[in-house]
Amino acid sequence: MNDQKETIITPNKTLGGAGREFWEYKDLLYFLAWRDFKVRYKQTVIGVAWAVIKPLLTMVVFTIVFGRLAKLPVEGQSAYPVMVFAAMLPWYFFSSSLQESSLSIVNNAQMISKIYFPRIIIPIAPFFVNLIDFAISFVILLALMACYQTPLTLKIVYLPLFLILSVVTALGVSLWIAALNAQYRDFRYIVPFIIQIGLYVSPIGFSSTIIPEQWRLLYNLNPMVGVIDGFRWCLLGEGINLYMPGLIVSITLSILLLISGIAFFNQRERKFADVL
Amino acid sequence: MTAIKVENVGKCYVIDHQKQQSRYHYETLGGAVANCGKRAFNYLRHPISSFNNTIVHEDFWALKDINFEINQGDRVGIIGRNGAGKSTLLKILSRITTPTTGQIRIKGRVSSLLEVGTGFHPELTGRENIFLNGAILGMKRQEIKAKFDEIVAFAEVEKFLDTPVKHYSSGMYVRLAFAVAAHLEPEILIVDEVLAVGDAQFQKKCLGKMDEASHDGRTVLFVSHSMGSIVALCNAALFLQNGSISFAGNVNETILKYNQDIQESENQDLSDFKLGRRGHQSFAKFLHISTWDIYGNPQAVFAMGDSVVIKLRCEFFSYISKPIIGVMLRSLTGILIHDFRSSFDGFFMNIEAGVHEFEITVSSIKVYPGNYTLGPWIQSQVGVSSDDYISSAIKISIVDHRKVGYLGSQFEVISKEGSEVYIPCSWRLQ
Repeated sequence: MNDQKETIITPNKTLGGAGREFWEYKDLLYFLAWRDFKVRYKQTVIGVAWAVIKPLLTMVVFTIVFGRLAKLPVEGQSAYPVMVFAAMLPWYFFSSSLQESSLSIVNNAQMISKIYFPRIIIPIAPFFVNLIDFAISFVILLALMACYQTPLTLKIVYLPLFLILSVVTALGVSLWIAALNAQYRDFRYIVPFIIQIGLYVSPIGFSSTIIPEQWRLLYNLNPMVGVIDGFRWCLLGEGINLYMPGLIVSITLSILLLISGIAFFNQRERKFADVL
Repeated sequence: MTAIKVENVGKCYVIDHQKQQSRYHYETLGGAVANCGKRAFNYLRHPISSFNNTIVHEDFWALKDINFEINQGDRVGIIGRNGAGKSTLLKILSRITTPTTGQIRIKGRVSSLLEVGTGFHPELTGRENIFLNGAILGMKRQEIKAKFDEIVAFAEVEKFLDTPVKHYSSGMYVRLAFAVAAHLEPEILIVDEVLAVGDAQFQKKCLGKMDEASHDGRTVLFVSHSMGSIVALCNAALFLQNGSISFAGNVNETILKYNQDIQESENQDLSDFKLGRRGHQSFAKFLHISTWDIYGNPQAVFAMGDSVVIKLRCEFFSYISKPIIGVMLRSLTGILIHDFRSSFDGFFMNIEAGVHEFEITVSSIKVYPGNYTLGPWIQSQVGVSSDDYISSAIKISIVDHRKVGYLGSQFEVISKEGSEVYIPCSWRLQ
């Protein structure tokens, strides 16, 4: 029995083993994601339709307010509703993931204080179910594009890259907030606030081309600007220029957020059971 | 071979106290507002250390200088009062929290059961929860699939496999939860008090399963307030007291040490008593228990055959119709010898809210010489769980004053053989 794995418990967790351990527990991640999916629309009448109704209604409101009343310009070869909905998709994916993921540590306090597993699985799991919601909304978007005769171009192959960018952004922010929220519950109130503000400061109801040129780089400090611009570039046909310096700023910031988020989360996770 | 080696392990929690003087200080200076701003700024910069000047941190060592080794295949019981550090020790061993000092080396795969049914989701079916819970406990998907039928059979829930567990009875829920846990196959199993659930028959089944596990050469660490299960299951024990190991050795010796720790006294305040206490105290709470002789003197030592008067003071928060109250007589190893129940005496009364004292007279106590404990419980009716329950609240001693039986009976010798109750009998030759 000398081949038995030896575990050494010391006051400081060795960071090196974190990745390997995460891999060992991949089945748990699978089941947690699957659980979220199973229970998401239990005991609701219209079920998964909720995934579509929320962004669709917001799109209608934004189209009326920004498109009809404020008469803001359309991007590419598209109609205003399509332009708004193309932004609504990554935004709802980002905001729901952020909301669930950042509160996940506190919401799963029971499990964390009773069982050991790599804690980082908990904030990652909600992303999968939101991906499914995203996929459903995406079908609606395609239908909407067909309605408004928006041409589908080859640029759509780049879409997954921008989806990954929104995962990176949301996960980076969530890890920070989830770890902080375990100790300081203030963050429970900050998250809805971030999401509410974000809906208006991100270019969802309008095109980011209306931002004056000298401010666009600064505007891209909101990483979701990069994501949304990218989505529109992929989906709304020809005639859209991707503002590259801004995209690079967004990508750099997202990656920094994620790396620092993982480091911070790993450092804090040892304390979770004590402060929850 | 050593399976677990614990060296100098300590766990320190920081408790914050608000320092009153400094707050007063700010007010007299009229600088409270400025300080608030400064503190908020500091708080953003150093979320942890910024309150140093207003809050006093006190270190509380939940565990200190813990050293022990457990060999592979040992079944070790961990006993101690509430707050002695048992749960903290288990949490450190199962890596839920980290130690502040020291190091632990563990050889083999560890599974910890600090609770059954961790992560069960009420909306999911029994089948789904088996997979989810298995994964949480560290089983691989293939492993769960392979053991699925066995788990279902053990839990006896075949019929309800596709029903959401929120519709399960609490018994079914617990059985299913334990069944998943019981089919883990770790080299080291850490168990906390999970046997305190389910009906007696199921508890027996669980004990059997754990016994089986230990005979497969698995190492078991087991925390329990039930000395009976410790005796049944373990071959060694640790007695924790105030965060340190106060005694370690074979089970019976350790349990004796533990029980000597319960105060021998003719009265015991129960309002803050925590050891072995459970129940919601929704309608009643025990306040005080005392023992008296038949002449009205406080007494903790009784002769075999003496009358024992137990006075039990209890606060009722609301009117309650015919509650059932009892006082359990236990041996020092925690074995229940008898239960003095109100219902055995046909005592059924409606009780108004307020503090009441009950007097229970045991007309002739016929247990062998030695030390015993008394523990009260109360329930609203038969079959529900106790509203307040203390397994052992007060200790009494029984001595042999030759009041019962033949003069040369040598009851002290008999009691050492594990027999407890004396039932008089008469003999004749026909």
